[in-house]
Amino acid sequence: MKIVILGAGPAGLYCGLLLKKANPSHDITIIERNPADVTYGWGVVFSDRTLASFQRADYKTYEQITNHFVIWDAIDVHYRDETIRCGGHVIASISRKELLNILQRRCAELDITLTFSCEVNDLAELGAYDLLIASDGLNSLVRKMYAPIFKPTIESGKAKYIWLGAQKVLDAFTFIFRENEHGLFQVHAYPFSGNTSTFIVECDEASWLKAGLDKADERASLDYCQELLAADLDGAALLSNNSKWINFPTLKTKTWHQQNMVLLGDAVHTAHFSIGSGTKLAMEDAIALATTLEQYPDLESALNAYELERKPVVEIFQNAAQVSQGYFETIKRYLGLEPMQFTFQLLTRSGRITYDDLRLRDTRFGDAVDRWYTQKFRHVASVVAPPPLFAPLHLRSLTLSNRIVLAANTSTNPAQDGLPVEAYGRQLMHRAQAGAGLVMTELTAVAAEGRITPADPGIYTAEQGAAWTNIVESLHATSNAKIGIQLNHAGRRGSTRPRSEGLDRPLRQGNWPLLSASPLPYTPQSQIPAEMDREAMDQVKADFVRATQLAQTAGFDLLQLNMAHGYLLASFLSPLTNQRSDEYGGDLERRMAYPLEVFDAVRATWPEEKPIVVAISATDCVKGGFAIEDAVMVARTLKTYGCDIIEVQAGQATPDGEPAYGRGFLTALSDQLRNEAGIATLIGGYLTTSNEINTILAAGRADLCIMHTPHLHEQSTSTEEPLAGMRAYITPNSAQQQALTT
Amino acid sequence: MRVGVGLPSTVPGAEGQLIISWARRADEGPFSSLGVLDRIVYDSYEPLTSLAAAAAVTQRVLLASTIVIGPLYNDTRLAKVAASIDALSGGRLVLGLAVGARKDDYDAAGIDYHTRGKRLAEQLTTLRTLWEEGSISPRAARSRGPDLLVGGASDQGFARVARYADGYVHGGGPPRAFSRAADKARAAWSDAGRPGKPQLWAQGYFALGGDAAAEAGQRYLKDYYAFTGPFAERIAAGILTNPQAIAQFIRGYEEAGCDELVLFPTIADIGQLEQLTTILHGLGRHAPVADALEVQRQ
Repeated sequence: MKIVILGAGPAGLYCGLLLKKANPSHDITIIERNPADVTYGWGVVFSDRTLASFQRADYKTYEQITNHFVIWDAIDVHYRDETIRCGGHVIASISRKELLNILQRRCAELDITLTFSCEVNDLAELGAYDLLIASDGLNSLVRKMYAPIFKPTIESGKAKYIWLGAQKVLDAFTFIFRENEHGLFQVHAYPFSGNTSTFIVECDEASWLKAGLDKADERASLDYCQELLAADLDGAALLSNNSKWINFPTLKTKTWHQQNMVLLGDAVHTAHFSIGSGTKLAMEDAIALATTLEQYPDLESALNAYELERKPVVEIFQNAAQVSQGYFETIKRYLGLEPMQFTFQLLTRSGRITYDDLRLRDTRFGDAVDRWYTQKFRHVASVVAPPPLFAPLHLRSLTLSNRIVLAANTSTNPAQDGLPVEAYGRQLMHRAQAGAGLVMTELTAVAAEGRITPADPGIYTAEQGAAWTNIVESLHATSNAKIGIQLNHAGRRGSTRPRSEGLDRPLRQGNWPLLSASPLPYTPQSQIPAEMDREAMDQVKADFVRATQLAQTAGFDLLQLNMAHGYLLASFLSPLTNQRSDEYGGDLERRMAYPLEVFDAVRATWPEEKPIVVAISATDCVKGGFAIEDAVMVARTLKTYGCDIIEVQAGQATPDGEPAYGRGFLTALSDQLRNEAGIATLIGGYLTTSNEINTILAAGRADLCIMHTPHLHEQSTSTEEPLAGMRAYITPNSAQQQALTT
Repeated sequence: MRVGVGLPSTVPGAEGQLIISWARRADEGPFSSLGVLDRIVYDSYEPLTSLAAAAAVTQRVLLASTIVIGPLYNDTRLAKVAASIDALSGGRLVLGLAVGARKDDYDAAGIDYHTRGKRLAEQLTTLRTLWEEGSISPRAARSRGPDLLVGGASDQGFARVARYADGYVHGGGPPRAFSRAADKARAAWSDAGRPGKPQLWAQGYFALGGDAAAEAGQRYLKDYYAFTGPFAERIAAGILTNPQAIAQFIRGYEEAGCDELVLFPTIADIGQLEQLTTILHGLGRHAPVADALEVQRQ
């Protein structure tokens, strides 16, 4: 084949040499607009896995790279005058110039025609070819010319960054965080040669403007950074290579090939530098393309296979990079964290690295995390330290023995006229004996009309109070667990059938009237609720107070108020459901007014020494609905009113408001709310493993976690059953599995 | 985990008699269900009609649509058709619905493509209500009507499973793809406060008997999934062509928590069913002692 490659960057050169090596009969020409020895940029990074793939693709190139690279295995985080190091992250780096030299020499060895200083403005200049490989970078001519076919999109990052070098020897990938009077600046730095390191300085636009860097020329920018980072540079000079402050562009392209044209490297995708290098992706593209061209007899299949193979992999990488990029754009949120937790947050920011991963990579770091968490919550400097989920949590005068919360719903043991049955009490006890630090009841109605379904438990009569007292006493007598009750008024989601039959299905008979902030039915089939007037609001408030008194008499350790999922109190918070024109509707402050009144009344009734949790939907998941920024404000306000923890939930203000489900789907919301509002949080979000929970706790994303435990057998009272249920997960034989789980 | 088999009703060239014999033979074998797929614009049989035909010649297997494109049917009509199949089969219908991915099917039926999500949500509510109220006849075997599954990969799909349905049906892929989808379905279910767990159904494709069969099966899949563009190659590459592949596939899905895995043929030949039967026997799977109805009702 006659192959023309546009762009002699790492992608183009590497692809050319791999193709020629596989099939010397290919006629390959690489065209580059810069002269052979001119390049921008400093060092490029590769992980150990990437190096392994280079080793397989072309040993000679790999050998040359390993002769010239710098390799290390640690990440250092400089924050608040402390430096914390985590090992086990093998990274290698080489100067871009050196890499290009290696690849150019290799191409020359293989008889590939390299044409430098040749700017192509029109593809017609290239003459005839069988295949055009466009590795011409972010400003790719080929991609731009055929944009309607390739369909590129570029999203600009919010932060400003400048790519500098430093005459400084570093022995680890280094993150530096420095604040000055203009704002917060962060540095991504790593060595790439005997005496030089890459120094990327990043900051948000506000800090950048305040520092006057929008008007600074190359010299002035350099001087500014030199002074800012004086302590870290320790006399070493910062270097610039025509460096400018820019926003990072994330390029995504819908189609990567068209007939006999194919894109690779930066020409088709970019990913934020905080998670690795574009060069790595580019060279991996080259390996994939060369392989499929060798494997498939026809061009179309080969290019299809290349795109099919690389696109999903690159997308996953780009998603992680965008999470990481977003993290660095919002780093101010985490400045309240202590260095150990700040570092752990940073290392686990993309979601791909967890507590267990870090432990494997560096056991001393893993131990340090455990010890730090234990010290923080036990106030004891202990060498023997369990993982974070075993740390106690002190809430007023209550101490929870670990961070695991288990909840029980009444589906298998429905309440009768709100009266919780004994079997339900045993379910709660079972959760306690399974080791939870805190057991929570399901949503318990503060009035008969506050039930969601007739099967819901309630706490509005003396008889119910007595039943709860028995349950709480038995639980306290047989375990160390604490027990909390969730108080709720269903609002416009009340008077519905048990959830075994689906959600929000109106009762066929025996309906009771509904209340809400505004007279809007939940679904087209639902009853229209009455808009609450002063009398109704006072009555419901009194219901919550009575429920609180009964809960206190019953001996509950903790109280939770539900202001989430579109129930009564939530209907006031969400603009989708609160269309009132009185002082309880309108802007956020007014929409909060009634829920806060109820909270106040409950707080005044509930003993000072016992904590209160409030559940809120951090987002309605619908355009124009309650958003995370609103939730942060509500959380801050509740904190000043005496709320101790926020349970972060999402959606259900309306039937179409649902979050994107998956493992840990509430974690990011909790992370934002907890760190911006400065209040402890409790989350579920389908967490099933201790690793997920330890990661969340150590990173400061939440303080208590609900573990989803599908294998916890409902009816059993024996202590063996929970373990038997878990054994089923590791037993391959399906008959055995069936026997254990039915 | 139970294993079912698809009818060859969406494999071009399948004769009517083949479909009937296939159903009868599957009922005698180790399969717990018969599955059907839905495409108007493709050489295929209408799925619910196929299930009705299968109902007449089977006693045991569940009759499942994985899936039928709900919005292409009038809600009341669909409720009646489903109730009829359920009553005719002694309560063996499992109705899996989704919005479908192809606009050409919607155009052929003269139904708006862009509101299909909303339509499906309404339909799911209507179906259950009509069956329960008994306002349409016949009465299904159970008073609440047949089990409803929802398929699809979008976020709204999982929310619909939790709000309206009894379970989720996955569209196919390697076990890890199913695992991710199953997590989403379970997360949605638990977030909605639904008791227990959602039923989890999944599917795969097979072509047994050697290289020629494997190639024929792949050609079929590339043709059937041509509308996905280059992705059709990937789907075709996932076809199961030997006992080992089938064993691994079954194990992977079982570990991921699948309740029922339906394996679809890609060649319209009864020999494919025979070979699959032999393989399942070899894996220790025989015709269940309890009938499928009991197992499903647990």
